[in-house]
Amino acid sequence: MRALTRRELLGGAGMLAAPLVAGRLIGQDVMKVLPKDSVAAADRLAEPWLAGRPQEAITAMDNDGTVIGIERRLHCTCGCTLDIYTCRTTDFTCTYSPALHKEIVAMVLAKQTPEQIVASFVAREGEKMLMAPVPTGFNLAGYLVPGLSVAAVGLALAAWLSRRRGEVVLATAKADEARAMAPAPAADPEALERLRRALDEVDS
Amino acid sequence: MTLLGSFALWAAFLLGLWSAGLAFFGRWHDRPAIALSITRGSYAICGALLVAAAALWKGIFTHDFNIEYVASYTSRNLPDYYLISAFWAGQKGSLLFWAVVLGIFGALAQALTSTRHKHLLPYVAGVTGLVAAFFISVMLFGEHANPFERLAFTPPDGRGLNPQLQNPGMVMHPPMLYLGYISLTVPFAFAIAALLSRTLDAGWIIAMRKWALASWLFLSIGITIGMWWAYVELGWGGVWAWDPVENASFHPWLTLTAFLHSVMIQEKRGMLKRWNISLMLGTYLLSVFGTFITRSGVIASVHSFTQSDVGSFFLAFLLVTGVVSFTLLYTRWPSLKADVELESLVSREAAFLFNNLALVGIAFSVLWGTLFPIVSEAVRGVKISVGPLFFNRVNVPLGLFLLFLTGIGPLIAWRKASAANLRRQFIVPTAAFLLTGLIAFAKGLHDGYPLMTIALAGFVVGTVLQEFYRGIRARMTMHAESPLLALGHLIGRNRRRYGGYIVHIGIVVYFVAFTGLAFQVKTSVTLSPGESTTVRSPYGHTYKLTHIGVSQYAALNRRVSAATLDVSRDGKRLGTITSEKRQHIDSFGNPTFEPSTEVGIRSDLREDLYVVYGSSPDGTERANFTILINPLVIWFWIGGAILTLGGLITMWPGGAQVRTPRRRAAVQAGYAVPLAGVAE
Repeated sequence: MRALTRRELLGGAGMLAAPLVAGRLIGQDVMKVLPKDSVAAADRLAEPWLAGRPQEAITAMDNDGTVIGIERRLHCTCGCTLDIYTCRTTDFTCTYSPALHKEIVAMVLAKQTPEQIVASFVAREGEKMLMAPVPTGFNLAGYLVPGLSVAAVGLALAAWLSRRRGEVVLATAKADEARAMAPAPAADPEALERLRRALDEVDS
Repeated sequence: MTLLGSFALWAAFLLGLWSAGLAFFGRWHDRPAIALSITRGSYAICGALLVAAAALWKGIFTHDFNIEYVASYTSRNLPDYYLISAFWAGQKGSLLFWAVVLGIFGALAQALTSTRHKHLLPYVAGVTGLVAAFFISVMLFGEHANPFERLAFTPPDGRGLNPQLQNPGMVMHPPMLYLGYISLTVPFAFAIAALLSRTLDAGWIIAMRKWALASWLFLSIGITIGMWWAYVELGWGGVWAWDPVENASFHPWLTLTAFLHSVMIQEKRGMLKRWNISLMLGTYLLSVFGTFITRSGVIASVHSFTQSDVGSFFLAFLLVTGVVSFTLLYTRWPSLKADVELESLVSREAAFLFNNLALVGIAFSVLWGTLFPIVSEAVRGVKISVGPLFFNRVNVPLGLFLLFLTGIGPLIAWRKASAANLRRQFIVPTAAFLLTGLIAFAKGLHDGYPLMTIALAGFVVGTVLQEFYRGIRARMTMHAESPLLALGHLIGRNRRRYGGYIVHIGIVVYFVAFTGLAFQVKTSVTLSPGESTTVRSPYGHTYKLTHIGVSQYAALNRRVSAATLDVSRDGKRLGTITSEKRQHIDSFGNPTFEPSTEVGIRSDLREDLYVVYGSSPDGTERANFTILINPLVIWFWIGGAILTLGGLITMWPGGAQVRTPRRRAAVQAGYAVPLAGVAE
């Protein structure tokens, strides 16, 4: 058996120590310690295609409140029922929402206001681009009909019940009056006696 | 087996027509043999459909990929439990599943209904037979709707099941919803039977009440499991998106809930006969409408089945059923007059009426929102979209009104409530309302709707606790029972009432959970191994997430890329959380669908940490994550469990047979008076 060279011995020791060192390094934020290129090479996935459609790295504009606010108002055009923001952060197979997002980011960076951006999409794609119709004109019916219907039916129900209640009260009063006018039915002396005895027992 | 399955379908179809024909035109009233033939037809339909189901399942479990349905929804490496759920994963299989369950329910309705309601059973058999025949006709005559359709060749392996359906939630969610929809056929059949036989007293209600409760429970469980599936599987961190198909399951749930309340008024007071029967007919039509929406593709939905011509079958069925039902109702209208009139607007009857108004109002509002794009296009010629923004704006106030009425209903006396009664009843719930609202406000909850929801939740809980407290106290006084025993007997003796209160608590918990989602925090970040990010939760906690790395490995029918993050909260380590990308493969290793995402979730009672591994931008372990903090989400599942428990208590058989030393205790308390002689 040939003797191990000094270099081989050092290499073997390095391999044994590597996991321990790596564990510590990860704890200390490995990106600050190792050069970027070596990390990229070491971390390359064996089969990158398994990890889904490649996407660009997240930037500050992806979490920008203005951008998200606009995207939440606009429908993704991929055929789903989601807004652009939800689609691009949920459906990672969608190719439409990332493209729409890029467009919106560019418009925000070009200092367009949210209203201008939304209007430009509506002008291009039609009203269906909006997640909720603008509450003007016929669309108002969409917003108001349910609430107004419930209120109208509720009021009508209350009015109808009040009127019926009045009729019921009147009918009951008339029936009471009729009963009072009618001769009292002859009491069954046997039943009355049983009742009297029972009441006596209660009293005692 | 496909031959046997097709034969069984044809047999069930003809048996359904036979039962219906005899039931509606057979003059069975004076001929017991014909009546018997009709009811036995239900068992025969059930038997034939079970044979058809067995044939399809055999095809699925033996991997007979010559059957188009088996090749489209299964593969050799699909786990067995998903082979079971593959039965209802596609249009054709779900139609057969629907028919089979309807066959079983039709037979059970015949077997379980008391002989007191025997006069309704042939009509019930006729209706269930006719509906079963309709569903079978869709399979037999619809374009590409027959689950036993064979291919011209036999592929070596099937396409497999959509990855998003490979989730335990999807094993349970569709069958539960189907059970809800399908079991509605039985109460509907009893309503039609009552109209046809002109026996319009409370008999039909007593005969079908348990069925209506079962339908409601199945729908509730189905909807809740659907919410759970959407949450854990779709990766958007929500539970309800107001999608048309989701809405379609919500409509009959709302109207059925209204029915279960208003039917009490008919049973106790002989009122609302017309309303109740209309509500039952409407509920069934809404369930058919939901099926039409799901299967026709008339409205865009992420849940829709592949478009085919079966939608036109359902539209025709919906129209014919609607016209026949309401024509029948119209002809019987005079016979449905109430026995008594409402005596006061301040009464439980009136509160239930307004509760019905709120429930039906929400159902209308959701239906209106679902159909508004079609209305808009018809009126203006402009296509629009109606999403969550619209539904939340319109429905949240109505929902709060309903929550308010949920608290009010049990507090008001039947017939007429006096001022003293109202004072006595409202003090505790009103105090609970104010206290909860003040605490929530002091804790920093200043948004209008969420604050009102929490305060109203306190009001309803106050109402329910007061009812339980009074009932327990009364039993303790009268029967010298311990509090726990008193609670047990209280619920056991009046399961419907106290089970209902438990359901109310479940609903309150849902409302609170929905409030939590309003405070969701969501952010996206790219992290390399070793890098960290921090997220602040609505409760003020700071989560630190450190990317450990991405590992790739093979599993049963997929290849997995798993990204793991180390999690700590406020400096204290909680453990790791893993989100996956799954590339499903067939038995030859070929990819079958686009990669799907498995969410990593860490739950506690306050909030969920929810992590989604989006992708690896440059093919390395550097990964894009979407990180969400979802407050109170676990309360959806707790609310669902409470609601299910309450529903089960409500529909459990018996209820008044609890043996207690009542007579002895009542004598001690001076209530038992020997008036036997008078009563005779």
